[in-house]
Amino acid sequence: MEHLGYRLLRGCGCRSGFCGACATVYRIQGDYRLRTGLACQTPVKEGMVFSMLPFHPATKARYNLKELQPNAQSLVRYYPELMRCLQCNSCSRACPQDLQVIDIMAAAMRGDVSTAADLSFDCIMCGLCATRCPAEIVQYNVAILARRLYGTHVAPRSKHLQERLKEMKSGRYDQEVAKLMKMSTEELTKLYNARQIEVEVA
Amino acid sequence: MTLEQPKQWRTTISYSEEMRRSIEKVIATRKERMKQAFPKLKPEEKKELLHKYHPDYKPGTNRKIRVGPNKGDLVVNELGDIIESHSRINPEKINIKKIDLQTDVLVIGGGGAGAAAALAAHKQGARVILCTKLRFGDSNTMMAQGGIQAADKSNDSPATHYLDVMGGGGYTNIPSLVQALVTDAPSVIEWLENLGAMFDKESDGTFVTMHGGGTSRKRMHAARDYTGAEIMRTLRDEVINQGIHVIEFSPAIELLTDADGNCVGAMLLNMETDEYAVVSAKTTIIATGGSGRLHCQGFPTTNHYGATGDGLPLAYRAGCRLAFVDTIQYHPTGVAFPELISGQLITEKMRSLGAQLVNVDGERFVNELETRDAVASAIIKECVDRNKGVRTPGGLVGVWLDTPQIDMVKGPGRTLRLAPAMVRQFKRFGIDIIKDPILIYPTQHYQNGGVLIDEYGRTNVPNLYVAGEAAGGIHGRNRLMGNSLLDILVFGRRAGLGAAQKSKSATGGPPTFNHVTRFHKELKKAGYSPDRHSPMILPDYRTKEAKIELEAFAVKGWE
Repeated sequence: MEHLGYRLLRGCGCRSGFCGACATVYRIQGDYRLRTGLACQTPVKEGMVFSMLPFHPATKARYNLKELQPNAQSLVRYYPELMRCLQCNSCSRACPQDLQVIDIMAAAMRGDVSTAADLSFDCIMCGLCATRCPAEIVQYNVAILARRLYGTHVAPRSKHLQERLKEMKSGRYDQEVAKLMKMSTEELTKLYNARQIEVEVA
Repeated sequence: MTLEQPKQWRTTISYSEEMRRSIEKVIATRKERMKQAFPKLKPEEKKELLHKYHPDYKPGTNRKIRVGPNKGDLVVNELGDIIESHSRINPEKINIKKIDLQTDVLVIGGGGAGAAAALAAHKQGARVILCTKLRFGDSNTMMAQGGIQAADKSNDSPATHYLDVMGGGGYTNIPSLVQALVTDAPSVIEWLENLGAMFDKESDGTFVTMHGGGTSRKRMHAARDYTGAEIMRTLRDEVINQGIHVIEFSPAIELLTDADGNCVGAMLLNMETDEYAVVSAKTTIIATGGSGRLHCQGFPTTNHYGATGDGLPLAYRAGCRLAFVDTIQYHPTGVAFPELISGQLITEKMRSLGAQLVNVDGERFVNELETRDAVASAIIKECVDRNKGVRTPGGLVGVWLDTPQIDMVKGPGRTLRLAPAMVRQFKRFGIDIIKDPILIYPTQHYQNGGVLIDEYGRTNVPNLYVAGEAAGGIHGRNRLMGNSLLDILVFGRRAGLGAAQKSKSATGGPPTFNHVTRFHKELKKAGYSPDRHSPMILPDYRTKEAKIELEAFAVKGWE
């Protein structure tokens, strides 16, 4: 498009397939099927007719994760339309990340936030699933709620991190760092070059 | 995602015959290479390699700054062009008496640093406005893949992390900033955990951590290879949950200062309507990110469409000192084929996981876990000096990253589990990185320098803070992998906290553009043409032909 003189504003972001700004619908002339893709990751083809979706006007609930439980009630409370899913699979077909969105929604309806979180992890929130959904579910917002519920309530907490935080609080490393801060470049270089490198264990 | 064939209608792009012949050699040497321990560079070897091949040292890359607080210092030409540049507004003609919006803290930039700053300031009870030039979350943070460093395991310590950072940066980093970086790191990870960000963990909660280039301990925490995306979408979700006022498609195009030189807010431009808005703020935080889209020395970039370094000219005109603006980080592994996505990031994590770098004959030439400046230099040497690169049909050159080794080292299926974005990126074009190596070449990745800050995110201009890639001094002349995601959150939160507390006592006078008038005078005295304007806001990739045709009809808005 830029080669034709268009300057992109909406519909352009990371240009690497990570941000979901360039959700696009297109058709190849002579083919009945409406296809979807990320503009930055889709080569132009002969006979291609396309339109970029500047944004998808989705509902985004506001919630306090701490007050919620990782279950179906939490998801349905904020996104009741979730239960209207027709299992038509239009969402999966539209997904430019090739995610099985239908399975994510099925897991969400069951209240299996762990599975919903895991399966939706590669979601870039481009909104193409929601534009195709006949039940008007906003799959990507349901999915991020599932992931954050998983992250706050289900994922096991790290013991070594808590240990380290305790040590930091007690000031255990303050002196060591302060000592390094006062060192000359020569002294630091000497220490740096003598570092023991942790070995890779396969 | 499954490993089945890509959706049928997608175009496939396959390796040329010449490239295939080289791949045969890569396969032939693989078994031997996997046993081989490639020696690390000695300090003097590394120094020589950098001076000979790193783009920073190429003659003609830098020039002396002729105006402003850093007069006499060296700057990369492309950064110099935006810094020594006129404002997009004419200070005499614009009316700033009418205040459109008032707030305690104004955050300029909607990436990771901006979101972290907004959350931290909001928590202090400050009224916060966050403005951004594209969508909220459109940023380099979203694209960061590999991981975030934090010394939180028993064999590691903040002091060890400190030493790695200093050595990586060539011992030029500012000690107090490095101290802040490494000592806040564990609490940043906890903060992310509490917000529900998902990290790669063992079943008992132990973080899966890896090496990055130049680390002495495995302290890279990752969320598959979507680490930045996971952090960004989580922070964005929380900012919306907290009801913080977000203004999209509205970049700041100039700061406001009062008669005493205090920063008192910024002028925003609505890119869709071309309307201006004056935002009066007690304190202002610049979190505008990096500048890959300036394409220094013509390099492609891994960066976001909006990475045009807008914060630097704004801060510089207001009187901020800059630091390390004469150095740019080139990521060793940008895509060289397919050319359609050339310059895009191949995460360093691939090397952490065991993929080796090999030349056209299937030979290794560098230890893959050297620091980025060294690996990039070694690749340039291999391709340019030793002529051992692989040519693509489109005329680019690169070396192989032997990705099939990952499944061989880590076990079948691990590439897909640990680097799904990379598998997908190539699968879209019909290349299976689990079976075939991929071709890479260095790409512009990170602005090592920026606005000089202290450990609270403060600049030398009162009431003006800077956080994230726009800031300078933390990483010295070279940043380590995983310290950028850390930096944006450490200094984003520190700046947010500081700005919110300061906003309670800050008393600014009426807004002026005195600093712009003064800067314009200096530019004139130095003989700079009034035609050059900044901030750039967005790069322009239209072809010359298209632009000439359009010229006759052009309406000059934000471009």
